[in-house]
Amino acid sequence: MKARVIVTLKNGVLDPQGKAIEGALGSLGVPGIASVRQGKVFDVELSLDDKNAAREALAAACEKLLANMVIENFHIEL
Amino acid sequence: MKAAVIVFPGSNREGDMARALRQATGRKPDMLWHGDHELPAGTDLVVLPGGFSYGDYLRCGAIAGRAAIMDAVRAHAARGGLVLGVCNGFQILCESGLLPGVLMRNANLRFVCKMQHLRVERTDTAFTRRYAKGQTIEVAIAHGEGNYEADDATIARLEGDGLVAFRYCDAEGRLGGGANPNGSRNDIAGIFSPRRNVLGLMPHPENLIDPLVGGIDGRGLFESLAAA
Repeated sequence: MKARVIVTLKNGVLDPQGKAIEGALGSLGVPGIASVRQGKVFDVELSLDDKNAAREALAAACEKLLANMVIENFHIEL
Repeated sequence: MKAAVIVFPGSNREGDMARALRQATGRKPDMLWHGDHELPAGTDLVVLPGGFSYGDYLRCGAIAGRAAIMDAVRAHAARGGLVLGVCNGFQILCESGLLPGVLMRNANLRFVCKMQHLRVERTDTAFTRRYAKGQTIEVAIAHGEGNYEADDATIARLEGDGLVAFRYCDAEGRLGGGANPNGSRNDIAGIFSPRRNVLGLMPHPENLIDPLVGGIDGRGLFESLAAA
């Protein structure tokens, strides 16, 4: 089973990298960019057949390592 | 004082740290590999040195914070044992849950490598007893992710309980403005655990122990520990 885990900064956490990207897009003249926040994507292959078990394993992976729960949220796509 | 320095793949300040500890304590620290499971019997102080453990992959300190040896470090801290984390070591302490908060990318997005003044916030601890309260010391900083952040409740608890160890300041001890090199909340350069037996700080006191390389303001920390 393939899954995608998306880790993003929580609202209100300052994201200097996103701000820099936002500024660069502005200076490139790309229209309509109001704001940018940077996150991470993990493509994970699971050796599990059960979706609930997979979701549980991925949530554990996020809480234990993939996300720093102080500043980040995660989203699992199966 | 029996010290152990933990070496992770990508650590690079362990030699400087060992030298500083040896100078102050007269004793060579044990060097431990991250895959070890136990601390040597009788270890008083565990040190997590600076560097780029695991290449800063995922997040600075994230993978090292979950290394096998960290269970033993957590148990040592829970027993009241002393733990010092410098630079990447501070990031590892935050990632391992031994200290609250997180070290974010510097606000100006630049790696800063320079001399920096710090204000010593309290001197009734095993780490700072050889300094004077409010003393300004000059040490080196070298980091890209030293911008200390935590939620408002955590910051209030750190301030209320007197757990801020060092703050960035200028040569006269003034806080704020250009004296803060990385955007850290409340100019925080280092923090203690609630029992003040764990200290994490971004600056490198271990590099300021010899007049030949620019000053000896870092010695106080190691001499404090040697007397602990």
